[in-house]
Amino acid sequence: MYRYDDFDRQLVQERTEQFREQVKRRLAGDITEEQFRPLRLMNGVYLQLHAYMLRVAVPYGTLRADQLRELGGIARKYDKGYGHFTTRQNIQYNWPKLDEIPDALLDLANVEMHAIQTSGNCIRNTTTDQYAGAAADEIEDPRPYCELIRQWSTFHPEFTYLPRKFKIAVTGSPNDRAAVKVHDIGLRMHQNDAGETGFEVIVGGGLGRTPFVGKTVRDFIGKNDLFSYLEAILRVYNRFGRRDNKYKARIKILVHEEGVEEIQRLVEEEWAQIKDGSLRIGDDEIAQYIEQFAPPAFEPLSDDDADFERHKAENRGFSNWVRSNVIEHKQPGYAIASVSLKPIGGIPGDATDVQMELVADLSEKYSFSDVRVTHEQNLVLPHVKKADLFALWTELDKANLGTANLGYVTDIIACPGLDYCALATARSIPLSQRISERFGDLDRQHDIGELKIKISGCINACGHHHVGHIGILGLDKRGKEFYQITLGGDASENASIGKIVGAGFSEAEVVDAIESLVTKYIDIRDAGERFIDTYRRVGTDPFKEVLYGDR
Amino acid sequence: MAIVKNDSVIEQEWITVDAEGGLPASDENLIVPLARFKDQRDDLIGRNGGLGVQLNPGDAPEDLADDLDRLSIITVNFPAYTDGRGYSYGRVLRERMGFKGELRAIGDVLRDQVLYMHRCGFDSYDLNVDDETALTKVRAALKEMSVYYQPTGDGRATAASLRDRRRVALD
Repeated sequence: MYRYDDFDRQLVQERTEQFREQVKRRLAGDITEEQFRPLRLMNGVYLQLHAYMLRVAVPYGTLRADQLRELGGIARKYDKGYGHFTTRQNIQYNWPKLDEIPDALLDLANVEMHAIQTSGNCIRNTTTDQYAGAAADEIEDPRPYCELIRQWSTFHPEFTYLPRKFKIAVTGSPNDRAAVKVHDIGLRMHQNDAGETGFEVIVGGGLGRTPFVGKTVRDFIGKNDLFSYLEAILRVYNRFGRRDNKYKARIKILVHEEGVEEIQRLVEEEWAQIKDGSLRIGDDEIAQYIEQFAPPAFEPLSDDDADFERHKAENRGFSNWVRSNVIEHKQPGYAIASVSLKPIGGIPGDATDVQMELVADLSEKYSFSDVRVTHEQNLVLPHVKKADLFALWTELDKANLGTANLGYVTDIIACPGLDYCALATARSIPLSQRISERFGDLDRQHDIGELKIKISGCINACGHHHVGHIGILGLDKRGKEFYQITLGGDASENASIGKIVGAGFSEAEVVDAIESLVTKYIDIRDAGERFIDTYRRVGTDPFKEVLYGDR
Repeated sequence: MAIVKNDSVIEQEWITVDAEGGLPASDENLIVPLARFKDQRDDLIGRNGGLGVQLNPGDAPEDLADDLDRLSIITVNFPAYTDGRGYSYGRVLRERMGFKGELRAIGDVLRDQVLYMHRCGFDSYDLNVDDETALTKVRAALKEMSVYYQPTGDGRATAASLRDRRRVALD
């Protein structure tokens, strides 16, 4: 895992001191809230419905044990004892006091963390596959490139006042778990005909009020050229992206309005002028970053572990958890274990101080101190010996962290919604809790299989509803919450945007509506067919009919 | 209003005119918007005084390619600090087109943007405050950070280059 050197440390330290001064100026009344706003936003401090909110960056979703432990400590010290993991692999604290935030940032800096560029019209935290460096299907570990992108994008002098925010996601696996096609830039690693590994560059994907699946501007860019190519895209966007209307300012609109061919032409023209310049990275430098993310000291093990098999046979709770939450590792004898933050009836993505500290401890004990945050709002211990899985699960389960529902209908993404967010038009959390309770029975979840429900409490789509197999968008209709359902969204390599199925449902009706969709799917599915596959086969009509009849 | 350049406050020696209207006497130093420069280029370069061009957001600095040697100053207008197009113009003018004259940020120029402007090639800043405040702000802004990740044309050593140097020294 990447460790800060003195340069990284100094940069974060200087930033922390700078923000302390800015807060002091604000609290002393030297600057107005209006003048303070852009300064606090650059440091991840939002003003929400009830309080300030602090969003802390978890670069590419990777945490060390000491960092996660500190996140737990911060939840206790500056918040009400919990934090909320987000779809951007970050963590948010909902109740910090402004005068204490500089201290929280100092605590973070001490474990090589910060809140830089978690807001504002700049390049945000780069996200990636939560199984990076562990997944059996991986072409190459994307984290070295994510770290290089982190550095390149941090306080980029040219790209700090872009038309709008800018999000980059990277996948090193053909099975896209990072939703790269719905990011401003998506990078997909693959090999070209010459056998070199590089990136397909996808531009202009995004959710929000105008969702788009991104388009490929370049099939292959070599690693040495990655940064000049990114800079070319960003320069084209900075110069030509729309600034007259906030809702049309993302790069997806530029790509949509100009056409991908024109964007491609502009980018290639720009790139031709900078590609041999100082942004070209040498193989040596790349090698150093690859070295930083070298695999941990795995033991040579057989892939079969008799105890593991015995525990599975003897303990149904454990075997259920293995079935949903454990996947194959590239190293024989090891596995990737997901820690669900979606207990039945719980708040998606929330974790208490004690839970965070426990997962930190367990990662030290069982996973080389490595923890990941997923964009689906769960945690991952990426390198667990199969022989240790039972002990791990036992400890997780005691702390209400052993829920066996990864990828199932109760593994719901939900934004904070009207319970916290100043932009929301409806609540998301209570609805996700009710859906979770309705489908809580595990046998039923097994029967339903993979089904991704995603809930947003407003049109900005932080809950990714556009790419939910079933998406739910909470709106406000004359002072009452109502919920619009979309079907057929998908954030994977087969990305698609869900279609609105019909008129929205009241808060009282919507859970029943979801249940009738699920029941219909079970009625008409072919053997082994996931919800999304059935939908793609039969289309919207059968589902529409079950919701609206002849209406 | 105060213009800070090279660690001091300098006099305003330029008259900036709009897209239309009369021009001052031929020996006055004059800054015209890019559109007007393109329209009246031959007249303008025939004047006796110094000549400068103002770029507004949406302008293409590339339009000045053939005339950079004639220009003593280019001002880049930031009508609101949130409009960051001028940063790209600065880098294109300096790093790509090799502009050597004065590059001045005008408009909504605030302390917290000065360092970024400097990194993008600007060497003077027109701040809407008194002389002393302007100088204090620019000085503070330019030394607030000391670590830089991105190579730009500003000559600052990047973290990567310093790491490299250290590695070579250790080898």
